[in-house]
This record gives sequence, C-alpha cells and structure tokens, in this order.
Amino acid sequence: MTSFGRHFRYVMSENPVTAVALGMVGLLTFAAVFGTVLAPYDPIATDTARALQPPSGSHWFGTDNLGRDVFSRVLAATRLDLGIAVAAVALSLVIGSVLGVLSGSFGGWLDRIVGRIMDTIMAFPLFVLAMGIVAALGNTIENVVYATALINLPFYTRVARAEAAVRRNAGYVEAARLAGNSEARLVAVHIFPMILPPLMVQISLNLGWAILNAAGLSFIGLGVRPPSPEWGIMVAEGASFIISGQWWLALMPGAVLMFAVLAFNLLGDGMRDLVDPRQRT
Amino acid sequence: MALLEVENLAIEFRTRGGTVHALENVGLSVDSGEIVGVVGESGSGKSVSAFAVMGILDPAARVTAGRIEFDGTDILTAGERKLRKMRGRDMAMVFQNARGALNPIRTIGQQIADVLRCHKFGDRGAIGDQVVAALKTVRIPDPETRAGAYPYELSGGMCQRVGIALAMACQPRLLIADEPTTGLDVTTQSTIMDLIRDLVRANRKAAILITHDLLLAEEYCDRIVVMHAGHVVETASTAALFAAPRHPYTAALIASTPRQDTRLAALRPIAGSIPDLRADLPPCRFAARCPRRIERCVNEPLPRIAADGDAGHVTACWRPL
Repeated sequence: MTSFGRHFRYVMSENPVTAVALGMVGLLTFAAVFGTVLAPYDPIATDTARALQPPSGSHWFGTDNLGRDVFSRVLAATRLDLGIAVAAVALSLVIGSVLGVLSGSFGGWLDRIVGRIMDTIMAFPLFVLAMGIVAALGNTIENVVYATALINLPFYTRVARAEAAVRRNAGYVEAARLAGNSEARLVAVHIFPMILPPLMVQISLNLGWAILNAAGLSFIGLGVRPPSPEWGIMVAEGASFIISGQWWLALMPGAVLMFAVLAFNLLGDGMRDLVDPRQRT
Repeated sequence: MALLEVENLAIEFRTRGGTVHALENVGLSVDSGEIVGVVGESGSGKSVSAFAVMGILDPAARVTAGRIEFDGTDILTAGERKLRKMRGRDMAMVFQNARGALNPIRTIGQQIADVLRCHKFGDRGAIGDQVVAALKTVRIPDPETRAGAYPYELSGGMCQRVGIALAMACQPRLLIADEPTTGLDVTTQSTIMDLIRDLVRANRKAAILITHDLLLAEEYCDRIVVMHAGHVVETASTAALFAAPRHPYTAALIASTPRQDTRLAALRPIAGSIPDLRADLPPCRFAARCPRRIERCVNEPLPRIAADGDAGHVTACWRPL
C-alpha cells in the first residue's frame, strides 16, 4: 500500500492537471455524499419573503423566485446528477464491454450483428434519441438512466471490441490456449483485464458527457420533475429571469454543471495520458 | 508404437491470394525418451506442423490428408473438449518469445497455478507448493519469492525458464519447443537447452525441438527431420545425418552452416529461396534450387529411399548423395 501511495504521488506530481481534476472530482463526490447534510437551508422549503435575493453572505448563490436558497439546491442536486451519470455509465460499461469483448474475441456473426446494432444507434442524433426514449418509455429518472446508457453503449462496445481484437492474437493468449484453457477462460482471464485501462479513460470522459446529457434532458422537461433540485431544471427555471436581471438563478447551477463536466473531462484526458504514453504532448 | 506418429500429413491454407500448400506428405515419429529436431528455413512448415500436433489450426487451414496419432488418440478427429484436456497435461509447448507468452499482468506463480488448476493436477490444497516445485525444476533461484514476480521483472532467460516450468507443470509426455532459444544470448541458450534435455531425459518424456539452428539440433537431438517448403526431405539419426547427408538440401544446409573451424570463404549459401507455396509445384519442391536435378524430379512423385543398412535414414529424393 505504501508503494502504491508513493507511485500515486509520483504520477500526480508529474501530471498536475490530473491532480487538480482528481481534486475536483473528489469535491463533487463529497458534495454528492454529504450535500444534503451540509446545505445551509432546506433545498425545497419556500420563503416568498426572501424571493429573488442576489448572492450575499447568508445566501451565497442568492435565492430563486420562491425564496429557495440556490446554493443549497445546487448542493443537493449533486447527488441526483452524479447518480444518474454514474448509473448510466455503469450500465453501458457492463453491457458494452461484454458485448465488445465477445465480438472482438470471437468475431464472426456475433461481431457483425453487434456492430450493426451499434452503427444503428450511432446513426441517430444521440440527444434526440435519448429524448425519444424517455418520451416513449415514460418521464421518469430510471428512463433517463436507460436512455443515457443506451446512447453511450456504442462507445464502450467499440473500444472494447477494438482492444480485444488486438489482444486475442497476443502470445500469452495463444500460450494459454495451448496450455488447455477454454475459450471462455481465455476471454475472461487473459483478454478482458487487458482492455480495462482504455475503458477507464472512456468512463471518465463519458461521465461528464452523461451529466450534461441528464441535465439537458431535464432542461427540456424530461426526467427529473420539479420541485426536485437538479442542475438542468434550475437552469431552465432560471433562464426566464435572466432578462429581468436575476442572473444568478441560471448562472450558478450552470457554472457548477460546467465545473462537473470539466472535472471529468480533465480527469479522462489525464488518464488517457497515463494509459497511452504515446499521446503525451 | 511411437508416442507420436504423424503420417502423410497435408495442410493447405485458403487465402485471398490463392491456396497455400503449407504441408505435404509430412511424416514424423517421436518415441518416449527421445528428442527429435525439426530443422528448416523459415516458412518450411515447422511451426504449422507443431500446432497441428497440438490440435490447433488456423481457421483458414484445412487438413487434406494424413493422420496424427498421439498415444492412441487421433488428434485430427478428436473433439475440442478432449484436445483441451490433453493440451498442457499430455503435451505442452515452449515458445520462441518467452516474455510474450506470459500474461504481463499476472504473476508467474499465478500463471503456473492456472495450468495446474485447469487440469486439476495434483493436490488442490498444495498448489502453492507445486508452483514452487515447478520453479525449482527449472532451477530458478529463490522460487518462493520469484513466484510473486511479474514477467517484466525477469530477464529473457528467466522468462523462458518460467515458460518451461509452465509447460512441464503437469508432467506432459511430449514437449514441443518452438525455437525456444532464438531470442536469447548464447550462454543462456545452452543453459536453457541443457535444462530441456535434462527434464526430458530424467523422466523419459519426449520432445520436439523446432529450430533453424543446425548446430543446436546436432548437439541436443537424437534424430533430426529436415523440412523444406512443407516437405520432409530427410529423416535420420543425428550422427548419420551429419556424417552422410543424402538429400542435396540437407547437404547444402550443412555446408552453409558456420562452424568453429570453417572459414568464411568456405561457407556456401543455398541458391534461391523457398518457392511460392501458392503456385503449382513440382513433386520435388527443391528441384528449382537443386544442382542434382534430373527430369524425374519434376515429373514423378518422390520416392522414400532408405539408406543401405540404416532403415531409419530415409530421404525423399530421386538422386540422393
């Protein structure tokens, strides 16, 4: 464990941006876990006497048209937004990596069928596809998760397939086959673990995108419903107040959303540099 | 009955550029306690033959004739399930690129344990001891610690020892070593080869040594099979082969091999190269490069001629030396 710690410190000191990104992700995770406890006000309690107050010492991000504390709402929304993104990415990771590894390792008709399904998904404008899925399946948070998972599926499948197709010809795979291992074991023990690093990069890059996607869906009124605090809804609700000068309603949740997406993208970039040194600049 | 009998084996590959006649009329037999060398240039079909013996063929390959029998089992008709049980337990392979043949993210102990577990070999509870014992047989110093090492932590020679330990873990009766020392330096080469020889001799196993290094084959093999362009051109005991080669290709191969006492000027390279195996080839595939070629070589199927007084010295040539 100490050697891991030393290695970790070395890697982070070599990649300061990645270290910052990791800190940002840590902060988001902390907010997701403890946000509701730390929030100074009840995120859904209305107080019309304090409506539309600009940011101040007592209300850091100001208050909205119903007098709810924007900071508390943004903080409380972290769990929901991160939760949707993590659940969706986990789902597409599990399904996508298995489909990809199988089609990359065995090829043939399985590869062709999986490949065409992924092409079909990719052929849609992905956000519109997600909208359609949520509209068709019903306007619930679970369906936002399923829709986000489905539109992310091709990325995982393709990365896993490409990596597995390279690895299946590796010497140690052939050696393991000649030592009497079954094809299933070759895939599980000798091919699958080798494709995890590039998939980790994909996860991090994808998490940011999934958050943006979930917020985008609720911005247009799909998925999360008011009064639940959620970044997308808050931006949507706040947008109408920008013209009348109450900029903080939309800007504050928007800025946090940007912070979250940036954090995951930076982390993904950093991880890609670690996984593939050839791409280091 | 020999442990391994390959008879009349013919394999072709269907490729976009045409059908490659990779092997034709390949015969080979290996007895227990014997090390048989398979020598020839690159592309002569040595490795394809070895993989065929292990029951593994490229999806593009087709066996068009012949028989492979290992200890009473017909490899070519046996089911995949049966073959899988035999691979690693009854016959095992050592590879040219030892480091590449080890999974980089598993410790060598785990990888040896994998093979033992895969074949439910020995005592389940004592796998750790068996791993250490396997490393000990290949003379790896401090095997208890080394079992926890990753392949990148070991030198090329050490990796090849691990490769041999892996192959011998389940005490197979046949070991196929495919150019086991090609990537290693000369001193490591001889320790690795000594190791293979000792393991085979000590337990009356059998081994096939695939190599392009004639001197290596001469030093370690009991019998040698010379291959050229997918044909077995000559089979003989090592002593007979070097004392009196009968096939012109064997003779040329020996004449082109540098020895301690040969001068550079005395080396005679073999003219030409291995013919394109996709083409329509004459019965003798060496004919185009052969100084002793006669009309018969390109018109009539090749004979199998045994040497006088040595039934084991067979050559496929109309005009043997």
